[in-house]
Amino acid sequence: MVIYGVYIVSKSGGLIFNHDHNIPKVENEKTFNYPLDIKLNYENKKVVVSFGQKDGINVGHMLTAVNGSPVIGNELEDGRDVLEILNQQENFPITLKFSRAKMTTNEKIFLASMFYPLFAIASQLSPEPRCSGIEILEADTFRLYCYQTLTGIKFMIVAEPSQLGMEILTKKVYELYADYALKNPFYSLEMPIRCELFETNLQSLLETIEKCGISSI
Amino acid sequence: MTIHNLYIFSRNGLLLYYSEWNRLNKSGITKEEEAKLMYGMLFSIKSFVSKISPLDPKEGFLYYKTSKYTLHYFETPSGLKFVLNTDNATQNARELLQQLYREVYLEYVVKNPLCQLNEPIQSELFKLKVDELFKKSPLFLSRSL
Repeated sequence: MVIYGVYIVSKSGGLIFNHDHNIPKVENEKTFNYPLDIKLNYENKKVVVSFGQKDGINVGHMLTAVNGSPVIGNELEDGRDVLEILNQQENFPITLKFSRAKMTTNEKIFLASMFYPLFAIASQLSPEPRCSGIEILEADTFRLYCYQTLTGIKFMIVAEPSQLGMEILTKKVYELYADYALKNPFYSLEMPIRCELFETNLQSLLETIEKCGISSI
Repeated sequence: MTIHNLYIFSRNGLLLYYSEWNRLNKSGITKEEEAKLMYGMLFSIKSFVSKISPLDPKEGFLYYKTSKYTLHYFETPSGLKFVLNTDNATQNARELLQQLYREVYLEYVVKNPLCQLNEPIQSELFKLKVDELFKKSPLFLSRSL
């Protein structure tokens, strides 16, 4: 039973709060010989695997370290180009470390504003009249629950597909928001939530649910 | 349980086939525009899902649910996309979509030399068979009866 994260999106579609709860770390290290049997590409300021997944290294994974030294963009710390190093036979055997690319804060803001039109189009394309937007979105690795309040704020929870009772949790997070963010005199509406009490309470709520299930709250 | 409507898209986003059974709400835009809107939404959902997923997705997006309907999505490795809208009580519509691909699309479109792939499907036999498949499925229970 895992809850991966909580997102709060304001009425205008901006991300005002995000909490990563339990993101699993996907990391693999492997020693390669010349020539390299996977295809690497430089895109979006990352060196990513574009073909040839094996041993847990999948397409889309990002190169994080070469022989233990970290990769920044497409360069090592000393400024050498990674793809050039991998083309030279004298550098082999070489140890490469790959991991699933983590979302940066900017990407999260981008995704939150991307969900906003999806939510709206889903209600427009409805075959039935008077339909809400997306409430549950399921993929094979996670399920996303979205609860829109009457005031237009969206509470989203990303959890494992088998995790039960997340609809109740979205409402519970709304309750915490009403108690600890809205009643905070230093919090202004539509702005990112930086309230310590809210965060600690949310954290402990998620932990109790993971330990004892949804019935304990 | 009700089946509302079905869309089939090619890998380039062209609407190959559309059919509807119980649809109460007309979106107020033409069918072509609606198909573009639908494809655009699915395309965005696909990239949204692949980014927000905490682990490596295999099948990716499966379905979404709103207060009134559920949209089931099935994509073949060749990029053909099947979209089916049903009510919320429907459970295994994905199997029905796989069956539609296997037993109707492959048999009556791919094996028909007169059917051009990646062009809207004109075949009357295909239309008949799609209708037959959905009407005999247990998921199909017309409310207008």
